[in-house]
Amino acid sequence: MKKLINRPEDVVREELEGIAAAHSDRVKVSLDPYYVMRKDAPVQGKVAVVSGGGSGHEPMHGGFVGRGMLDAACPGEVFTSPTPDQILAATKAVSGGAGVLHIVKNYTGDILNFEMAADLAKEDGIQVEAVVTNDDVAVQDSLYTAGRRGVGVTVLAEKICGAAAEAGRPLGEVAELCRKVNANGRSMGMALTSCTVPAAGKPTFELGEDEMEIGIGIHGEPGRERRKLATADEIVEVLASTIVDDLPFKSNDRVLAFVNGMGGTPLIELYVVYRALDRFLKGRGIAIERNLVGSYITSLEMAGTSITLLRLDDELVRLWDAPVNTPGLRWGV
Amino acid sequence: MGVGYPECVSFVQGFAKAVAANREFLTQLDAEIGDADHGINMDRGMRAVIPKVEALTDQDISGLFRTVAMALISTVGGASGPLYGTVFLQLSSSLKGKSEIELSDWAEAVLAAVTAVRARGKAEPGDKTMVDALLPAAEALRAAADEGVTLAEGLARATAAAHQGMEATIPLLARRGRASYLGERSQGHQDPGATSSWLLMQTAEAAFAKGN
Repeated sequence: MKKLINRPEDVVREELEGIAAAHSDRVKVSLDPYYVMRKDAPVQGKVAVVSGGGSGHEPMHGGFVGRGMLDAACPGEVFTSPTPDQILAATKAVSGGAGVLHIVKNYTGDILNFEMAADLAKEDGIQVEAVVTNDDVAVQDSLYTAGRRGVGVTVLAEKICGAAAEAGRPLGEVAELCRKVNANGRSMGMALTSCTVPAAGKPTFELGEDEMEIGIGIHGEPGRERRKLATADEIVEVLASTIVDDLPFKSNDRVLAFVNGMGGTPLIELYVVYRALDRFLKGRGIAIERNLVGSYITSLEMAGTSITLLRLDDELVRLWDAPVNTPGLRWGV
Repeated sequence: MGVGYPECVSFVQGFAKAVAANREFLTQLDAEIGDADHGINMDRGMRAVIPKVEALTDQDISGLFRTVAMALISTVGGASGPLYGTVFLQLSSSLKGKSEIELSDWAEAVLAAVTAVRARGKAEPGDKTMVDALLPAAEALRAAADEGVTLAEGLARATAAAHQGMEATIPLLARRGRASYLGERSQGHQDPGATSSWLLMQTAEAAFAKGN
């Protein structure tokens, strides 16, 4: 294992100390328990948006804390969900009296810990609504599994719900909007290489020099199939057609196209992917109205990409364009 | 003769030792069908449990298990944190007010624990989860209590049933948790949660059967 770390057990704490040192203009960091919150939280009268999950997916979620996006993010250990006491502390710290939305990715651990935290917060008189994202079309047999995983749509939901909360919309509406984003978004990813959890010290899975995993999860969970390495254009064809056929996205649909890097893939390759996606969608008569290209929901140093498409309407476009000022996403400010 | 507070403490300490000794093994099992952190997370949790347990002064069995539960919930994360936290929370509420545990008390407590785990994790027997080790153990304990066998005999049967349940997860198709994403590829691997649950039953036997 070659990593820029000190000791595996210190990685998350030291990352948080780094975030605190780098971004104290926008965020405050709690080290006991771990959470990142907006510097001006709690914002009185505003719905607070809280998310969280295992570390190793940076900038998600801690990098999305700030005006116009998340009020707080709770990082767990690497690839391990945060704990209920942590989520509760963050929820209480940012609660401004208008309720708190928990955006939870569909993983067994995240669901269990956020459920326990929401129960505890309600006992403390805080109104909590939880919305689960589950946009990963790679999971086919969702009846007999833990269900589709929450991936790229989570980033888009955090931005859009953050904008709605900033605009003063009530908890019920912000939660409904989150469900709408999830219902209209689909994703699928692929990996060229594995990743190594610092505490484990060795790669999570083995992938041959000439192999790739189609449908990979963001913790290295296996996808639909392992196959021989193909060209970027061929890979995009597989990912994009699976996504488009799933919703399905139809001709004349307006979409946000999000090409994400898994952590170890350079931007030069992501633009090659975006080029192919742009051509693919044009071929299907689907109009890209907004896009996002970069590594926003990563899997440590895994090389690979994921594609997320979100069907847009005027409301979603307006909320996407609204100002955001976080370490990970920043515009309009 | 029943089980007292000191035996319950050695059960908790024994589980911490067993988890530490099997840290790599549990993590390896998890690497095969999950995300390679079960041993790491459980070990971190049980390490946090020990000083909290040692600081307890009131010799209350229910309070002891509650302390274990809260420490696990706040340090383990993942699915194991809330699920093992739920196990110990149920042991705590089921044994409330007891200063000595008989076989029938333990049977009832373990049954309450597995029932709560099933409710929280929405897992059925045969889903390839910790339920597959815990449920047979709970049923063996209850049958043993009904038969009126000795505590040591009942605990031994529970460990054997958990072990059998754990081994029976090998051919199963995972339907809950991260392993479920593997589909058929989850077959042929022993479930890490069922394995740590077997360790739990084994350390209970070792601690409780001592001198009884």
